[in-house]
Amino acid sequence: MSEKAFISANEAAAHGVRLAKPHVVSAYPITPQTTLVEKLADFLAEGKADYKYMMVESEHSAMASALGASMMGARAFTASSSQGLLYMCEMLSYVSGARHPIVMVDANRSTATPWNIYGDHRDALSMRDSGWIMLFVENGQEALDTVIQAYRIAEDPEVMTPVMVNLDGFTLTHTYDMVDIPNQSTVDEYLPGFTTTNKFDLKDPKTLCQTVGPDYHAECRYLQQKAFEAAKQKIEEADREYGSIVGRHYNGMVEEYRCDDADVVLVTMGSVTGTARVVADLLRQNGKKAGLIKIRSYRPFPKEYFAGIKDRFKAIGVVDRSISFGFEGTVFSEVKSCLYGSNTKLANYIVGLGGRDVTKTVISEMYLKLFDLMQGKNGGEEIQFLGMRWE
Amino acid sequence: MSKPKVNSSFKPPSGYNEMFFGASNGVGILPTVNSGFRTFHPEFDYERCIKCMFCWIYCPEGCIDKTGKELTIDMDYCKGCGICAHECPRKCIAMVKDGGLDE
Repeated sequence: MSEKAFISANEAAAHGVRLAKPHVVSAYPITPQTTLVEKLADFLAEGKADYKYMMVESEHSAMASALGASMMGARAFTASSSQGLLYMCEMLSYVSGARHPIVMVDANRSTATPWNIYGDHRDALSMRDSGWIMLFVENGQEALDTVIQAYRIAEDPEVMTPVMVNLDGFTLTHTYDMVDIPNQSTVDEYLPGFTTTNKFDLKDPKTLCQTVGPDYHAECRYLQQKAFEAAKQKIEEADREYGSIVGRHYNGMVEEYRCDDADVVLVTMGSVTGTARVVADLLRQNGKKAGLIKIRSYRPFPKEYFAGIKDRFKAIGVVDRSISFGFEGTVFSEVKSCLYGSNTKLANYIVGLGGRDVTKTVISEMYLKLFDLMQGKNGGEEIQFLGMRWE
Repeated sequence: MSKPKVNSSFKPPSGYNEMFFGASNGVGILPTVNSGFRTFHPEFDYERCIKCMFCWIYCPEGCIDKTGKELTIDMDYCKGCGICAHECPRKCIAMVKDGGLDE
């Protein structure tokens, strides 16, 4: 049993949080995340939830409060975006190093300056090495489902690592779509209550943020790396089991779309994927063998998958909504390193910065460039900004 | 004194299966004495000490014990800062170099 609703991805994610039944929600507003925590306050006011709702004075405090709650053995949630995420940066590594399975939503937004409230991936990708699992979603439905899956992944005893669920600012957070909301008993069947020994307990006193010097520090980090490696399998399992209980799944860490006999593929992450599917379909109608690879888990990165497609396609283009200045698109670097030794031609398309629309026209241009590249024609520079105001 | 004593039976983790989880660990474990960087240590002249307790108040480590007949210092914790000697109004605490012939 479930119900349908026409809601934004922020609202859909809020339903996911409600259904995951956290004990504590710490909330601080920031565009474009605000309507998510507002919705969580509505649920409380309407008697549909019974979490403790903490109104804190900053994003740093939002994550610190969530950490405190988790240290008491509570399931905790918070959300932020852009400058807020950067401000809570210090607490992100506190949470991950101490292995507290908090789930947060980041409504992806550009970072200042120039000041901009619209969507791209600069905020989240700059937190790449914070020790958080990072999942990116394509639409409101996936936002709801992934928040629930995120708790399952984070709290797995072999993982015990926080998860950041990323929704594209405005393109998803403020765009309405039909979403299927599972009922509570279905989610309860999927997601057990949170139990942990990594908490304060008067019968077993411990410190939860100890100093670890050079003598044991590397071993701690090694165990975090092991947890991320274990998470790869757990993300797949969590998604598969969600499919069997709730009836929807997203192919785990990475999804192929029309890739079976494809000559060229685009690699996408987030809401761009939806538009790229439409373009791939149109190209297929015209006999062009275009495919699509959607990255759902950015950390852990699906390294084994990409290493396994080394010479499968003739050209691969990576769509980036962020760039590491002085190098290349952030996602491109990772895909390229997994493909080390491959003969496949590669290109990197930087688009959608600061909320600029990534239209079907722009995505068609990418595919056409890839077909050129495949045929040995000039496909342009390896790294290209597309959809620019001027050439 | 209520400070924990050195736990001589403490064994550090000998493998990943014995590692502490995340950044958590049991409390009250003192695997070694906690006085690492001391060069000088205080010694009382009990003939002149009037137990005014200035040293007890000022000691930043809280390692001066007043429960016995005389004031004593827990050398597992004393860092040798010399504040007790400096504050003593009777100047009856001497700072003596560690590692003397009698040690």
